[in-house]
Amino acid sequence: MIYEIVVGDKTYKLTLQKRDGRWVYELDNLEVTVDALAVRPDVLSILVGAKVYEIQRERQGGEIWIWLGGVRHRVEVSDPRLLRGQKRGSSGEKGPVKIAAPMPGKVVRVLVVDGSEVEKGQGVIVIEAMKMQNEIKSHKKGTVRKLSATVGAAVNAGDVLAIVE
Amino acid sequence: MFKKILIANRGEIAVRLIRACHELGIAAVAVYSDADRAALHVRKADEAYRLGPPPAGESYLKIETVLDLAKKCGADAIHPGYGFLSENAKFARACAAVGVKFIGPSAASMEMMGSKTRARQNMEKAGIPFVPGTSRGLESVDQAAEVAEKIGYPIMLKAAAGGGGKGMRLVHAPGELKGALEAAQSEAQRSFGDREVYIEKAILNPRHIEMQVLADEHGNTIYLGERECSIQRRHQKVVEEAPSPIVDADMRQRMGEVAVRVARAANYANAGTIEFLVDDQKNFYFLEMNTRLQVEHPVTEIVTGLDLVHLQIRIAAGETLPLKQADVQIRGHAIECRIYAEDPENNYFPSPGKITTLMEPAGPGIRLDGGIYEGWTVPIDYDPLLAKLVGYGENRAQATMRLQRALEEYFVGGIKTNTGLFRSILSDPNFRAGRLDTGYLERLLKQTAGTATDNTNSEIIAIAAGIFAAMESEKAGTGNSPEESAISAWRKAARTEALHP
Repeated sequence: MIYEIVVGDKTYKLTLQKRDGRWVYELDNLEVTVDALAVRPDVLSILVGAKVYEIQRERQGGEIWIWLGGVRHRVEVSDPRLLRGQKRGSSGEKGPVKIAAPMPGKVVRVLVVDGSEVEKGQGVIVIEAMKMQNEIKSHKKGTVRKLSATVGAAVNAGDVLAIVE
Repeated sequence: MFKKILIANRGEIAVRLIRACHELGIAAVAVYSDADRAALHVRKADEAYRLGPPPAGESYLKIETVLDLAKKCGADAIHPGYGFLSENAKFARACAAVGVKFIGPSAASMEMMGSKTRARQNMEKAGIPFVPGTSRGLESVDQAAEVAEKIGYPIMLKAAAGGGGKGMRLVHAPGELKGALEAAQSEAQRSFGDREVYIEKAILNPRHIEMQVLADEHGNTIYLGERECSIQRRHQKVVEEAPSPIVDADMRQRMGEVAVRVARAANYANAGTIEFLVDDQKNFYFLEMNTRLQVEHPVTEIVTGLDLVHLQIRIAAGETLPLKQADVQIRGHAIECRIYAEDPENNYFPSPGKITTLMEPAGPGIRLDGGIYEGWTVPIDYDPLLAKLVGYGENRAQATMRLQRALEEYFVGGIKTNTGLFRSILSDPNFRAGRLDTGYLERLLKQTAGTATDNTNSEIIAIAAGIFAAMESEKAGTGNSPEESAISAWRKAARTEALHP
């Protein structure tokens, strides 16, 4: 199996195959045998030579995170044969920026109106969840458009509450 | 002794209380909202009763429903835990009226201490040192401005009914006063149903040190030593320890004696905590009394060798304190980390959701009080505290090392938690040196913000990610299997060596 794997700012091309019950990988034209054991779902015990690694995986809304030693790393795994030609989307801060609810909760205050000018970092909406009030800030300087948040409304994580242009 | 105790709470504290009941041979009754049917405290109890819909106001805060259930199931006592009804004098009084013992102080003591302004008035009478300011609620902005001018800026506005940083505002200059007062009042109204706000002189970056007291219902009151709780974020405690790195035996005795005087002035019975602000000259000022069991009680239990919940139950059953002040010995050191469901990479927003993987630490010097399990979904309706991880040892350094080791073993997958924060704190030189104050954590967070991510392990991370994916497609039978590639043995060896130097 061949994968293209992005970890931080590095991209690896990884060839993996199973030989005698062990995984053999080839990375940058070097081949290594590793002993990888799934000790439970999403947890691997890996031996590279005698060196022990315990690694956890988390998947959240299409994102993959790999944990090692309590540190979390975002990874992207793609099979280049299947995904050839696909590009990873990126959202810069040039165009309109969405203001989305970072968690489920209730809108307790709306600090702007449609058309308000906001600075980068300025609070726009206050959401209460788990007894904490959290100010959602604008990530860019601009004008508030399509403000849909109303006081008292329940929101879900990812709901777009306004757009800053 | 009681035969059956109803636990009017949820989460880790409900589980901790149920455990104590079982240790004492007492049946434990859980109550739950619709969001908590699957919660750990329900699973651990002997009996469980539904309270109502998820919002606390319709479930855990419903005095009549809780009392009806207590009577119906034949409970002879109620333990309220912390939060919810624990400091509600009306509830304590209602319990007494129906003959169910409230495990805590009397309604009268609670009322005296529950309102911070009333507590200040009473402490003033008892000659307890407290932070300068008003002992009564503010009536107008003008009055606030006048008082603030007199005691000098910066000042702190605080909700009389407050706690946990709600209804609290720091004001640096007269221009900010009006807005801050309105914000504090409206937050106080929302959080506590009481908009009364008072002024205190702000002691900038004080330490927050609190003293545990224990009193029986026969007039015996002792103190069990202090807890250092200066590591806070948004006025919420994050790490607590006992003893405090700066409190010596003499200071402990002075603080303890003041704390006992406070408790006596309030006719206090059962477990309580007197909070002090401590300035850089080690002067301490009475701040408030918490008339309940504290979240951070385990650190005191560990260094005193006492079980505070057992003692609470025995005191409520009418027993006299089984020990005297001279019997209380502080031994070793304990540090607690509050594990919250929140996202450190997103301004510590709450992060409810399903726990897909849970690996918990164990071993010497570790105590874990949790309310979670793998496969459980953390509801959005309540406080995000998941568990309390306590490390202890013969001294502070050993307790710290054990906590660090335990944090490496701890993994909560599926939701975000603040475990990474504790790694930063425990390895920080200022923490190691015990240089703490309530501004400590904000400074540390600023300093560590934007620190470059660690790339040293990216190769093994990539390999693991690939193996996870390959195992999955192997299971699903969808793998793309390339022809065997022949690679020389020396290159294989070179790679293996590179990964384990």
